[in-house]
Amino acid sequence: MSFLIDLLAASLRNATPLVYGTVGETYAERSGVLNLGIEGTMYAGAFAGFATAWATGSPLIGLLAAIIVGVLSGALMALMTVTFGANQHVSGIGLTIGLIGLSEFVNRLIFQGGELQRIEPMPAVSPFGALELGEAGVIFEQYGLTWLAFLLVVPAAWWVLQRSSFGLEIRAVGENPEAADAAGINVARTRYAALMIGGALMAIGGAFITLALLGSFTLDIIAGRGWVCVALVIFGRWRIGRGVIGALLFSLVFSLQFRLRILPEFAALPFELLLALPYLVVIAALALSGRNVAYPGAYLKPYRRS
Amino acid sequence: MRRISPWSTPALIGFAILITFAITAGPILLAGASPIEAYYRFVVSPLTSEVSVLEVLVSATPILFTGAAVAIAFRAGYWNIGAEGQLLLGAIAAAGLGTVVGGLPGFVALPIMLAGGALAGAAWAFVPALLRVRFGIDEVVTTLLLNPVALLLVNGLLHGPWRDPISGFPESQRIAASAEFPTLIDRSRLHLGFPIALVVIAIAWYVLARTPAGLRLRAVGLSPGGARFAGVNVSRTLFMAALVSGAIAGLAGVSEVAGIQNRLTGGLSPGYGYTGIVVATLGTLTMPGVLLAALFLGDLTVGASSASRALGIPSQIGAIVQGALLLTTVALLALRRNRASRAADPGAGGSVAGDVATGEAPVAAETSSA
Amino acid sequence: MTVAGAGGIPPALELRGITKRFGDLLANDAVDLTVERGEVHALLGENGAGKTTVMRIAYGLTHPDGGEILIDGTARSIRSPRDAIGAGIGMVTQHFSLVQPMSVAENLALGRSRGLRLDLREASRRASRAAERFGIRVDPAARVADLSVGQQQRVEILKALARDCRILILDEPTAVLVPDEVDALFDTLRSLVAEGLAVVFISHKLAEVAAICDRVSVLRRGRMVGTVAGSTDERELARMMVGRSTFGVERPVDAATVSAGAEPVLRIRGLDVRGPQGLPALSDLDLEIAPGEIVGVAGVSGNGQTELVEALSGMRRPARGSISVDGAELAGADPQRMMGARVGRIPEDRHASLIPALSVAYNLVMERLDDFRRGGRIDERAIADNAAQLIERFDIRASANDPVGTLSGGNVQKVLLARVLSRDPRLLVVSQPTRGLDIGATEYVRSQLLARRAAGAAILLISEDLDELLALSDRLVVLYEGRIAGSMSAAEADRERLGMLMAGRGSGKAA
Repeated sequence: MSFLIDLLAASLRNATPLVYGTVGETYAERSGVLNLGIEGTMYAGAFAGFATAWATGSPLIGLLAAIIVGVLSGALMALMTVTFGANQHVSGIGLTIGLIGLSEFVNRLIFQGGELQRIEPMPAVSPFGALELGEAGVIFEQYGLTWLAFLLVVPAAWWVLQRSSFGLEIRAVGENPEAADAAGINVARTRYAALMIGGALMAIGGAFITLALLGSFTLDIIAGRGWVCVALVIFGRWRIGRGVIGALLFSLVFSLQFRLRILPEFAALPFELLLALPYLVVIAALALSGRNVAYPGAYLKPYRRS
Repeated sequence: MRRISPWSTPALIGFAILITFAITAGPILLAGASPIEAYYRFVVSPLTSEVSVLEVLVSATPILFTGAAVAIAFRAGYWNIGAEGQLLLGAIAAAGLGTVVGGLPGFVALPIMLAGGALAGAAWAFVPALLRVRFGIDEVVTTLLLNPVALLLVNGLLHGPWRDPISGFPESQRIAASAEFPTLIDRSRLHLGFPIALVVIAIAWYVLARTPAGLRLRAVGLSPGGARFAGVNVSRTLFMAALVSGAIAGLAGVSEVAGIQNRLTGGLSPGYGYTGIVVATLGTLTMPGVLLAALFLGDLTVGASSASRALGIPSQIGAIVQGALLLTTVALLALRRNRASRAADPGAGGSVAGDVATGEAPVAAETSSA
Repeated sequence: MTVAGAGGIPPALELRGITKRFGDLLANDAVDLTVERGEVHALLGENGAGKTTVMRIAYGLTHPDGGEILIDGTARSIRSPRDAIGAGIGMVTQHFSLVQPMSVAENLALGRSRGLRLDLREASRRASRAAERFGIRVDPAARVADLSVGQQQRVEILKALARDCRILILDEPTAVLVPDEVDALFDTLRSLVAEGLAVVFISHKLAEVAAICDRVSVLRRGRMVGTVAGSTDERELARMMVGRSTFGVERPVDAATVSAGAEPVLRIRGLDVRGPQGLPALSDLDLEIAPGEIVGVAGVSGNGQTELVEALSGMRRPARGSISVDGAELAGADPQRMMGARVGRIPEDRHASLIPALSVAYNLVMERLDDFRRGGRIDERAIADNAAQLIERFDIRASANDPVGTLSGGNVQKVLLARVLSRDPRLLVVSQPTRGLDIGATEYVRSQLLARRAAGAAILLISEDLDELLALSDRLVVLYEGRIAGSMSAAEADRERLGMLMAGRGSGKAA
């Protein structure tokens, strides 16, 4: 039983960067742009957050720095794909390569590859601290950013996308930019906004790892999680709710394999195989459910008024 | 009399390089160095001594393979972002085969290594290709996700059954001597992989430019509708392009194992598969372009590490340059395409091949060369 | 239906001297149009007449090269749909401007509210008010994609009304409706004009024009021919629409090349084809073409021609029915098999059938690359020779290495012709062969078709140019709403009759 509780707690924790990333990528893709810069954005967010927190002693300011970096990244992606109309796949990869390179570059400059720097990580909080919840209480001891993600960001992101006129514009622009244009909506500006918001969220997801989870920054800190978010968006059919569920499932499998390793039955299995399991599960999920999926109507198509 | 249009492909790449250097001056200044001096070290210094020129060729070798692999796939309109993983699978095959071919003479062992690596890379490309052709599932995500899986496979082998029993380090046993790529020039690291890469590029060029299959592949990438109308089997073309791409990326892995590391190691590829995308784009998806771009990036890589030693600029400047180069190239290509076609063909908005082919100067026109 | 006339009330919409060029094509030539309040005003014309263009200008989707737009007597600058909406103009296009996966209420709310707060409720309320006022019933929560086409159209109209439009432009609104829905639409229009709206009804269908419109303005080849009352005799309207023959085009005077009793090359039976939105584009079509016969298909575009060509090209699978060429059943076959059965295809979208980035020489051989290999490699010399020959034979004004995308329309067409004709096809499926071509190229193309006819090929010729059809065809059929509305030999055919059939008035209906 405690295994299960522990697993759930870990899943929520580990899902946090994926949730931010998936919600961010959903915004981008809903507006019609595939943002493969997500891996680089999460990376840059992780580094910028960490470095700023280290320099100022405040994780909160670090978070702010991460957000700024994310917004700039989204704006750059928009410049490439919306204003120039450049190929989205290559632009995203270029952005990822550049941002990871830049982050590692600055990392070298500041920390000179010396010993691992640590910061005081953001604390885990439990709102029910006073109450005695016993073992189950562990589930509720999550980092502030995790609480924020599930209680505020996800519902707010959903509400904005589904119930606000801004979200309506994003969705219209991603489905049928001609109709949106005819209705008087500024297609380019909406896409810029979606990408910048998405970028900010992605960067927060990355910063969570350095500011809260680990308290330090290492190379390859994102390890392909950005790509997983891209897959989760498709798996979630570009809906916030489903995407978050996908993130939780992935994280569950991820957290599970960590714990399975300890069990004697699984000791023989190389832990890398188990680590690979979540990725394979996502691919399988895509294969099973991804056929003839209804992509947003304007996906990958730059818009020019003819 | 043909003027050289500022929008011609070589000029455009030239502009991209200039703009990139302007952008990357920022980080260089941040590192406290002079951009001019830095660029001299990046670009020119590596070419000033025989030793470093050979190093440039060594650096270019893996990305010649991956650049060609990516270029072929992109040319067909198949977005293979998984060259990194396909490379690693090729490396695994090479390392594995390399330890068992000890008894055989070199001219038998080496082809076996190459064939094994190519097959392994193609196998890694198989599932995403199938999913795309049969079920229309986006290959971007599937190829991308298999990259971390490949790395995990490598690490799993290295920490487990393939851990070197002698040293105990997480690296595989050394491959047999007959399986190693011989060094071509003494006191340098230049190995057989480089000429093999050149051969692969030559063959790829030939197939793309001179064979019906190559022409069909190009047609599919440029206008899938028109190709289909003319009776080309688009699905099969995409599938084959994907597998060939994976195979060539696998060869990159063989080259690194047999030529440099002589074993499987964890740090085998610092992102050669992704750099291949930069090479392919910079080379505007043509084989001669890939050759030039790979050499240029090899030059930059060597230059970056020399600059880092001499000027104290972190060597990651190389990655920044790569990323900026990719972005500026693609942006300029897009701007050129916007100029060329007022009534924008929505289809052409997606492919780099489409961008390249709608340039004004006939240099990139798809008439006979590829 | 009262019509406000000269009584001091300025017309709701007035277009003066609207001119628009697209490259060489003069789409609108100094068009004048006056639409009064409280009237349904039809804009009648064939395809290419310029009706949609002039209305797109009024709605700000395109900018005119000359002329002005007056709303309620005041000149207005309309540079975007926003301006048009602000001036009180609403437009319902043939392709709905609806976001399919969204609900009706969301579509109605599009572009209205600013910022974060979405007032779906307010949008719903506004929509309900407009709906009640004009008698349109629609469920705000329904997903647009789940609605019938007629209902979707109602949503489009509601969109315009909810924006307080005073001038409503409908572009071929009945093209996608079944008869019941058409009646419902007309009722709606009647209540709209009763409230004082001005409605512009773009159409090519005479029956509807007669049923609903107060006045009719006829456009032909970019020029305004005239404005008459809606009750005008249909034959007169048809004549205004298609005009008289302008130059004396020769009909093949030589004896018919069709041998009596010969087995038809093409036999189509019971063909049902669905169009891109899943709606039926062709219904139960029967057609036969004998060797040495040209069958011309007349009809305003959108009545199934595109789908017919696609089905015969192997690019679209029929839902039902049979297509046989020389006895071989080919319904649903892919392009390879079609070409193997010696079907030559020249569709109307030239660029989609070619590879614009590749050279002329390569495009000419794309269909049969394997005939041009030497060992494993492409036989460049043979391709170049082939290209040189075809360029000469078909008078293509371009060099073999030019990318096809850079060629003029006429030369692109010649390349297509060359590619197809050089394979000696048994059946030629040709759509809009001379659209956009200059006189020389046009004559050339036509002479080529006649030459194939003389050689015994069967030719299906689809064209918007009635002159061309009359000049070239042995037999004519008219496609209307996916069916053959009428069939006649060349000798019996004349413009007025064709015009009537194209506009949905079969012979035998009351004049």
